[in-house]
Amino acid sequence: MSDHEYTPKSNFGKWFNDRLPLLTLANHLTDYPTPKNLNYWWTFGGILTFCLVTQIVTGLVLAMHYIAHADMAFDSVEHIMRDVNYGWLIRYIHANGASMFFLAVYIHIFRSLFYGSYKAPREIIWIIGIIIYLLMMAAAFMGYVLPWGQMSFWGATVITNLFSAIPLVGEGIVTWLWGGYSVDNPTLTRFFTLHYLIPFLILGLVVLHIWALHVPGNNNPIGIDVKKPSKDTVPFHPYIVIKDAFALLMFMIVFAFFVFYTPNILGHADNYIEANPLVTPAHIVPEWYLLPFYAILRSVPDKLMGVIAMLSAIFILAALPWLDTSKIRSAVFRPLYRQFYWILVADVLILGYVGAMPAEGLYLLIARVATAYYFLHFLVILPILGFKERTLPIPLSITEPVLGGSSNLAAARDDIRLDKLK
Amino acid sequence: MSKKKTERRDFLFTATAAVGAVGVGATVWPMIDQMNPDASVKALASTEVDVSSMNPGKTITVLWRGKPVFIRRRTPEEIDEARAVKLGDLKHPEKDEDRAKNPEWLVMLGVCTHLGCVPLDQKGDYNGWFCPCHGSHYDISGRIRKGPAPTNMEIPKYEFVNANTIKIG
Repeated sequence: MSDHEYTPKSNFGKWFNDRLPLLTLANHLTDYPTPKNLNYWWTFGGILTFCLVTQIVTGLVLAMHYIAHADMAFDSVEHIMRDVNYGWLIRYIHANGASMFFLAVYIHIFRSLFYGSYKAPREIIWIIGIIIYLLMMAAAFMGYVLPWGQMSFWGATVITNLFSAIPLVGEGIVTWLWGGYSVDNPTLTRFFTLHYLIPFLILGLVVLHIWALHVPGNNNPIGIDVKKPSKDTVPFHPYIVIKDAFALLMFMIVFAFFVFYTPNILGHADNYIEANPLVTPAHIVPEWYLLPFYAILRSVPDKLMGVIAMLSAIFILAALPWLDTSKIRSAVFRPLYRQFYWILVADVLILGYVGAMPAEGLYLLIARVATAYYFLHFLVILPILGFKERTLPIPLSITEPVLGGSSNLAAARDDIRLDKLK
Repeated sequence: MSKKKTERRDFLFTATAAVGAVGVGATVWPMIDQMNPDASVKALASTEVDVSSMNPGKTITVLWRGKPVFIRRRTPEEIDEARAVKLGDLKHPEKDEDRAKNPEWLVMLGVCTHLGCVPLDQKGDYNGWFCPCHGSHYDISGRIRKGPAPTNMEIPKYEFVNANTIKIG
């Protein structure tokens, strides 16, 4: 990196940069050497930043019209939808924006799982990412409570009751969270406050996430260390900027489709009924992005163990850099891991599906098998695979597989073909 | 650890840290405790219900401290059924006699002990209540018989003020 040699051209720039080196930072960000083989799965970092900014801007505007009071919240949301100029648009962007945010974050996480981006030296980036993901879930959950519909109210009741599973102090914690003896006005006002706060915490963590990324630099589809800057890298601007911008445009088409054509398809009709503490909806379901964890919670017949299993399913991800014992990052060179990876993807999708179904009969059985496999993947398969798997030879540089000239790689390919023929 | 001579300054460090910790604790506690139920919430601690118009076999739901309370006037058959259950068959053994002092009247919190949903009346495999959220079945005494809920539905503190009025809380 050429950070140290950078000097602004203008005299004013020099004067300013000596006092606050913002221009040095800008120069670092534009010149930041990026592996030139990054594919489109790497564009979701930028897309996620866009999602966060969208949620903050639309949320700020909604807060100008929303009233956080149990008697008025539901009506104020309808007021936004019917009376406020473009209120319907802003609320639909915000509500669907949450789903788009999670869609992007799941792709981002599974990208990392496939290419081993969580491995040394990028563990801290990964762990900060998991904390961001946890905060996203908290923000999304509390945001869903604010319209004070039936799903809001009962979702809040069920999720806060998870804490009552803690022995001895559980009930006290739940009362403390509620500020009463049930979900009520004090709960709504504090959820609104925290829902407003969390995005800014996420913003701060995003800065750390990117800072930690810029120390070792990006991983890449081949997963090998890249000398930077070198002929294997390109400057972030304009090469990655234009690629990110194009991917963002594609993403915005999907986003706009939901907002303008099916704005309620990801929500629940029950949430257009005002909260009623005397009647529970027949079928309580969380938003789609929380369904796999909900399925894990319900698959365990014991209350405390169910809660522990659900939380472990998330926290186990933080230990992933140490559970995966393989030194090879990219699944491209790990033929067995690649298969287990896709089984895990299927497993999580199945968990999501059964999470939306009633917890009985065959669904319950499937949920239990899928839950068991989820933990098996992280606690047994990954640690063993690192020792047992025969990985493919990795190229010496990013350029090698493209330009050829690698007897190393060509030989390896021939070996595989011969193996298959036998 | 190497033995270090205790100095007068070590005492100052320890004393400062101790006083500091107490100070931080005293400052943080109000910030935490403000989230607990406030005086106005606590003031709504009891509710009186007129049950004079209730016939046997009817359940009403009233709101007490923001939570639903089921009041059921049970029929003689239901009372017999509730009292005939062997304690050994129960996940959370409680005698019906202890749950309904006056056998005709069952007064309990209509809150599933799993995750707080409101169970449906006259549903489920045990002729009592059924929670639609995660499938817990309760009998006609509100005792958990099947499903993920760990305990029976809770009996709040209540009393008959007179023959027609129940005071909950």
